[in-house]
Amino acid sequence: MREIVIDPITRLEGHGKITIFLNDDGNVENAYFQVPELRGFEKFCEGRRAEDLPIITTRICGVCPVAHHMAGAKALDAAFNVEPTETAKKLRELEYCGYFIYDHILHFYFLGGPDFVVGPDAPAAKRNILGVIEKAGLEVAGEVIKHRAFGQRITGIIGGRPTHPVSAAMPGGIAKAIDEDERQEIEDMLKSCHEFAKFSLKLFDDVVLKNADYVNLITSDPYNLPTYYMGTVDENNKVNFYDGKVRVVDPEGKEFVKFGPSEYLDIIEERVEPWTYVKMPYLKKVGWNGFTTGPDSGIYRVGPLGRLNASDGMATPVAQAEYERMHKTLGGKPVHATLAFHWARLIELMYATERGLELIKDPEITSKNIRNKPGKPGEGVGIVEAARGTLIHHYQLDENALAKKINLVVATTHNAPGICMSIKNAAQGIIKNGEVNDGLLNKVEMAFRAYDPCWACATHFAIGEMPLQVNVFDSQKKLVKKITR
Amino acid sequence: MAKEKLKIAFYWAASCGGCEVAVLDVNEKILDVVAAADIVFWPVAIDTKYKDVEAMPDQSIDACFFNGAIRNSENEKMAKLLRQKSKILVAFGSCANDGCVKSLANLSDKDGVFERAYLETQSTVNPESVTPQTRFKVNEGELDLPEVYDTVKTLPQTVDVDYTISGCPPPVPSILVMFNAFITGDLPPKGSSFLPNKAVCDECPREKKHSEITEFKRIYEIEDDGVTCFLDQGVICMGMATRAGCGCQCPNVNIPCTGCGGPGPRVVDQGAAAISALASLAKDINVVKEIVDPVGTFYKYSLANSILKRKVQK
Ligand code: SF4
Ligand code: SF4
Repeated sequence: MREIVIDPITRLEGHGKITIFLNDDGNVENAYFQVPELRGFEKFCEGRRAEDLPIITTRICGVCPVAHHMAGAKALDAAFNVEPTETAKKLRELEYCGYFIYDHILHFYFLGGPDFVVGPDAPAAKRNILGVIEKAGLEVAGEVIKHRAFGQRITGIIGGRPTHPVSAAMPGGIAKAIDEDERQEIEDMLKSCHEFAKFSLKLFDDVVLKNADYVNLITSDPYNLPTYYMGTVDENNKVNFYDGKVRVVDPEGKEFVKFGPSEYLDIIEERVEPWTYVKMPYLKKVGWNGFTTGPDSGIYRVGPLGRLNASDGMATPVAQAEYERMHKTLGGKPVHATLAFHWARLIELMYATERGLELIKDPEITSKNIRNKPGKPGEGVGIVEAARGTLIHHYQLDENALAKKINLVVATTHNAPGICMSIKNAAQGIIKNGEVNDGLLNKVEMAFRAYDPCWACATHFAIGEMPLQVNVFDSQKKLVKKITR
Repeated sequence: MAKEKLKIAFYWAASCGGCEVAVLDVNEKILDVVAAADIVFWPVAIDTKYKDVEAMPDQSIDACFFNGAIRNSENEKMAKLLRQKSKILVAFGSCANDGCVKSLANLSDKDGVFERAYLETQSTVNPESVTPQTRFKVNEGELDLPEVYDTVKTLPQTVDVDYTISGCPPPVPSILVMFNAFITGDLPPKGSSFLPNKAVCDECPREKKHSEITEFKRIYEIEDDGVTCFLDQGVICMGMATRAGCGCQCPNVNIPCTGCGGPGPRVVDQGAAAISALASLAKDINVVKEIVDPVGTFYKYSLANSILKRKVQK
C-alpha cells in the first residue's frame, strides 16, 4: 500500500491534513481528513458570566465572529426568556447582512473563486487573487477591497467593532441604536454592494457557466455527493440567515424534519473518531452508518448549497431568479454537486444585499426601542446560519446567570463528514494508477475548498490554493516521490 | 544611497485569524508596506514553507510579527525558529501577549478539556469513550495528530520579544503606527508597546464622578444612559486597567470595556490592577465576594500573562 500525505492543506502547517492511501494498483483505497486542533471553548466557558459568552465565543474565529456573537445573542434571549424588540431584531439581521457580504466576498475572490475564474488546471502561481485580477481586470481589485471593507464597516457600526463585535448580544435586544447619519451611510454602502453582487454573478456567468468544460466539471461524478441538507428557513420555507426553523431535506429533496432551536438534541448527534480532533455530526433518526451517502446515511451538509437545497427559494427577487436558474442549469433540486457551493454563495451574496436594503429602508430601523427586559436566567439554544452553515450555541445558566454548561455545534463541524467523503470521492475519481501531479491534487483540494471550511479560521486558506507537500510512499513505506508546491 | 528593502514576516500560532483580518483592515495602506518591505514569510499570502525558513540565515528577517498563543509543540517550535531568524520579534495581538480568552483553558488542563468536548457534551454519543489519539492505527496505515499542551503560554514566556502590540485584535490605527515605525526606521526603545501610553478610561468620553460603589450590577440589569461612567452605575468596566488604542470602542456602543487591550501602561497584572481600583471605590463591600466569576471578569484576556497563570505548572 502506498501512502500520500497532503500536509499542510492550508498555508498554515498544522491546521488540516489529508492522508490518501493507495492500494497496490496505485488506486485510492481510502482518504482521511484530519483536524489537528482543539481549543476547548466548551470547557473554559464554564463558570463565565452569561453576558460574556457572546463576546468570548467570537474568539473561536476572527472571520466568523459575527455569527458566534449572534448565535450567542439568541441563546441569551432564550435563556433569559425574553423576545428582543422588533428594531433590535432588524438591527441584528442588518449587521448579519454586512457579515455575509464581507465573508462571501472574501471566499469567492480570494479562496475558492480562483479555481474557476483562472481555471482548475492553471499553473499554481496563477490560481490566486492576482490571477483573478489579471483575468477580470485591475479595477476589480479595488472593488473587491472596497466592498469587503463595506461589509466590515456595517458590522462595525452596529456591533461596535468589525471583528469580535460586542453590542448586538444583550439579552432582549441590542445595546445601541443607530442614528440617521449611520443609517444613510449604511444604505449607501449597501447600494454599492448590491451592484457589486450583480457584477459578481455576471462574472460567474461569463467565466464559468458559459464554459461547457466547467459545467461538466461541476456536475461530474467525483464532485457529486447525494446527502441530506440542512438550513434555516422562514415561515414560507425561504432561506433566512438570522431566524426561523431549521429544515432538513433528504437526498431526494423532500422535507425530512423541521425543528426549532430547543429541539436540536432530538435531531443531531455527534460521533468521536480517534484520528481527528473534529467530531462527526449526523442525523439521529437515521443514525451513523459510516462515511456513506444516500438516504440510509445520516450524513448531511450545510452552508450555501445546504441552505439553497433545504429551502424552497430566496425571499428577495434577484436572488430568487438566480436560485431558479441554478437549479435549472444543474438538473433540478436538490443539487448534489459540491462545486455548486460557489454559485450558491454568490446567490446568497445577492440576497444579503437585497435583504439589507429592505431592512435599512424600514422606518423602524432607527427607533430607540432596542431592548426588552430580561427574565430569570435558565437554559437557551440559539441558532443562526453562519456563512458556512448552521451554527448552534446552547447555554445552561445557573441562578446567578453564570454558565453551568455550554455546547457548541459549529458550522464547519456539520460538514466534516461530507468533506471527508468529498475528498475521498475526488481522490478516487482523479488519482489513477498511482499518477499524482500538481493539477490533480488541486482538483482534490477543490472538493473541500468549495465548503469554505473554517477549522479555526478561514483566513488560513486565503488566496485560493494551498501549498501541498505530498509524500508518496511505496508499500514498504519508502519515500518514492515528493512533490512540493 | 538606495536603502535595501526590509525583510518582514507574519506568522500565527494558536490564533483565531482576527489578527490577520486586522492587517487586511488597513485596506489599501498595505501597499505602502509592500513598497517598503519584502514579505519573506506569511502563510496567509505566500507559499514559503517551514523548511525555507529553516534555510534562512539567522537574523535575516528584519521584523517578524507573531500572533497567536503557544498551545502546542509546533507553536513553540515556530516561535523559537522565528526568534532565531529575526532581528526584531513583535508579539502581535492579545493571544501572543497575554494568552487571550484561550488561556482561560488554563483553569483546567488537557484532560478536562477533552472530557468536556468528547465525552460529556449533550450532543455527543460516545459509549466507548473514544478520544483523539496522537498516533492511531487505521486499516490502511497509521495517522498522527499533534499533542495539545496542558497550558496555554504567551510568546514572551516562550522566547525573548522586542516589541508588543496587544489588543484583540490590535486596533488598526496602532497597526499603522507600528508599520510606519518600521518603514521609517524610527523605532522606540526595545520593550515598547505600539499602543498609546494611556488607559482606555483616558479616551472614554463618559462623565466620571467616581462616586462610591454600593452595589455591583451586571450590564443587562441596568438602563444605561450612554453618558455616565459605568463604574458610577455600579457596572464593572476594565477601562482603568486596560491599555488604550481601540478608541474606546465598547463603551462607545454602551458595553463596558472587557479588557482586550491587555494590561495598561505600568500595570503588571491586569486583574490585580482592576481589583485594587475597584476596592478603593467600593469601600463597604467585599469586592471578591460580591463579584461573580472574578477570574473571567478581571483576567478574561490575560490569564496566561498574570500572576495566577495556570492550574498545571510545567
Ligand atoms: S488576539 Fe484576538 S483577534 Fe488576534 S488571534 Fe487572538 S483571539 Fe484572534
Ligand atoms: S473598550 Fe476595552 S474591550 Fe473594548 S476594544 Fe477597547 S480595550 Fe478592548
